Amino acid sequence: METIATLLGVDPFDLWFFVEVLVGGLMAGVMYSLVALGFVLIFKASSVFNFAQGVMVLFAALNFVGFLDMGIPVWLCFILAMGVMVLLSFVIERVVLRPLVNQPHISLFMATIGIAIFLEGFGEMLWGSSIKPLDVGIPDDVFFLGEAMIQQNDMFAAVVASVLVIALALFFHYTRIGRALRAVADDHQAALSIGIPLNHIWIIVWSVAGFVALVAGIMWGSKLGVQFSLTVLALKALPVLILGGFTSIPGAIVGGLIIGAGEKLSEIYLVDAIQSFYPSFSGAIEEWFAYILALAFLVFRPQGLFGEKIIERV
Amino acid sequence: MIYREAGQFKTSYAADQQMLPIPMDRWFVIAVVVFAAVVVPLIGSQYWLESILIPVLILSIAALGLNILTGYAGQLSLGTGGFMAAGAYMSYKVATNMPDFMPVWVPVLIGGLFAAGIGIVFGLPSLRIKGFYLAVATLAAQFFLIWLFQAVPWFVNDSLSGVPSTPPMAILGYKVTGAEAQPEPKYLFVLAFTIVLAIVARNMARSRIGRSWMAIRDMDIAAELIGIQPLWTKLSAFAISSFYCGVAGALWSFCYINSVEPTAFSINRSFQILFMVIIGGLGSVLGSFLGAAFIFLLPIFLNNVPAWFGLELATDIVTHIEFMVFGGAIIFFLIVEPHGLARLWQIAKEKLRLWPFPH
Repeated sequence: METIATLLGVDPFDLWFFVEVLVGGLMAGVMYSLVALGFVLIFKASSVFNFAQGVMVLFAALNFVGFLDMGIPVWLCFILAMGVMVLLSFVIERVVLRPLVNQPHISLFMATIGIAIFLEGFGEMLWGSSIKPLDVGIPDDVFFLGEAMIQQNDMFAAVVASVLVIALALFFHYTRIGRALRAVADDHQAALSIGIPLNHIWIIVWSVAGFVALVAGIMWGSKLGVQFSLTVLALKALPVLILGGFTSIPGAIVGGLIIGAGEKLSEIYLVDAIQSFYPSFSGAIEEWFAYILALAFLVFRPQGLFGEKIIERV
Repeated sequence: MIYREAGQFKTSYAADQQMLPIPMDRWFVIAVVVFAAVVVPLIGSQYWLESILIPVLILSIAALGLNILTGYAGQLSLGTGGFMAAGAYMSYKVATNMPDFMPVWVPVLIGGLFAAGIGIVFGLPSLRIKGFYLAVATLAAQFFLIWLFQAVPWFVNDSLSGVPSTPPMAILGYKVTGAEAQPEPKYLFVLAFTIVLAIVARNMARSRIGRSWMAIRDMDIAAELIGIQPLWTKLSAFAISSFYCGVAGALWSFCYINSVEPTAFSINRSFQILFMVIIGGLGSVLGSFLGAAFIFLLPIFLNNVPAWFGLELATDIVTHIEFMVFGGAIIFFLIVEPHGLARLWQIAKEKLRLWPFPH
């Protein structure tokens, strides 16, 4: 059985090869982080664990590609797709969240699974289920860092992600709405009692999550084409959340980087090591590595790297 | 006044402890079972038995399993498909390597026990975490197990295709597994498992173990304070739930798709069974059956409806509508009737008790 490194004709212990794998992994991690960010935003503001975030990424990207194919300029497409996401937040708040206020968290979680399934069908019904290429002019050449080959679109995604995080941080810290969002995240009832309208906040936070989903969808879509399997990839954001903590934006980023780098490195080096004494081992551990890592992590530090300590009261 | 409890006195402890204490319920259930076991095989066509009743019964077993874990013990699981796969692969391994004189149900049960063991391992994190965290932990089971059974050729006896057909096995000369088996014996084989497992589940739910599950579900800290051990309770829920799922997975391979393949137990299967449990009714044996029938039959129904109106819909459109209906139904049930179809049945019974009077 040949390992991936030998298939590529490189020495797995070459330093530049290691750098290449590491950077590739980190960049994949940035993509996971982008999805995880949306989860964190909604969880912080409404303690709803939004399982539909992954499908929202697909849905946003489908809308974007759909508008683009109609010949509408890119910037207008972005605004239109964003408009759809805002509309979606209105509908979700009105139809799903409001009737389920005060229900156990687990009911809301299952309701978001319902949203996910619905959106999946709805998006593909509107735009068809074929794989759609997406080209918004993100450069896709490669460049070399020393001898390591690095994809330009990966770097671009990393830059976009950092800009997004900085923008979100500024938004949360320096605007009126941002302060209201943080207040709601801290304590629903206290926020209500000083006159913050919860329903509006929910619409806003779902819209912001929709915005993040749109950006993630464009990034993922230009890399892989807009297709159904994006939702399965987006599930990888769940272990990222476990690692980073459900309530921490920096946690989502760091968790994504760890998962991304960890799974690419283990695919090369761990599989290599196992195959050296069990040659028929077939690899492809990328599918589950992130989940098992998260599982191991849960046993030792359930609140994640940056999460708030879980305190139980009777 | 069709349905009533009034005037039905119990004179012994045995009568009081019966599984269905009201004669009307009891006779109804017995009639349904007799109908399913005697009349259905006689009148059912091959299509009905093989393509509808067998899969619905098997999925009901899986839904029962998940209902034990999620509905009774309150531990959310997205790994049902993985546990089903564990049962299917292990029972295939046993069935192809065991001596001939062993009865057919042995590999199925061993598959279930193997799944139970795996369930305990993946249930261990539930001692420290709950809710969404646990959902992610069980996703790990889903992805890891499916990968494991594909990556280790030992499970399929080093079959080259990796998707071996299940061997034909017989009871009293009637083949009950594999592609050549007649639909009737196959159906009865599955039905027997379903009835036994449903009775066991019902009895567990109302005995000590079921009550401790429900106590952990409703408030784990309070349950611990009144002396229920979370370790034993949660792990037993995981083990028994996975046993049910494992048996369902084995039957799915042996009696429905006639081969052992990983795609049958993918993440979508896990979601499908979770929907059955939510729509059927969390914490209800009857709900598992209603949910399984609803979720399995809805796509078939949707496929046929347009034809009745003379409409031709492309298959992919039907699939999309199916997704939307499922998603909508889940949200609808969570909002309007969180206890699912089983609760609707109960409401119907209460209405019948008063009928024809309004109060």
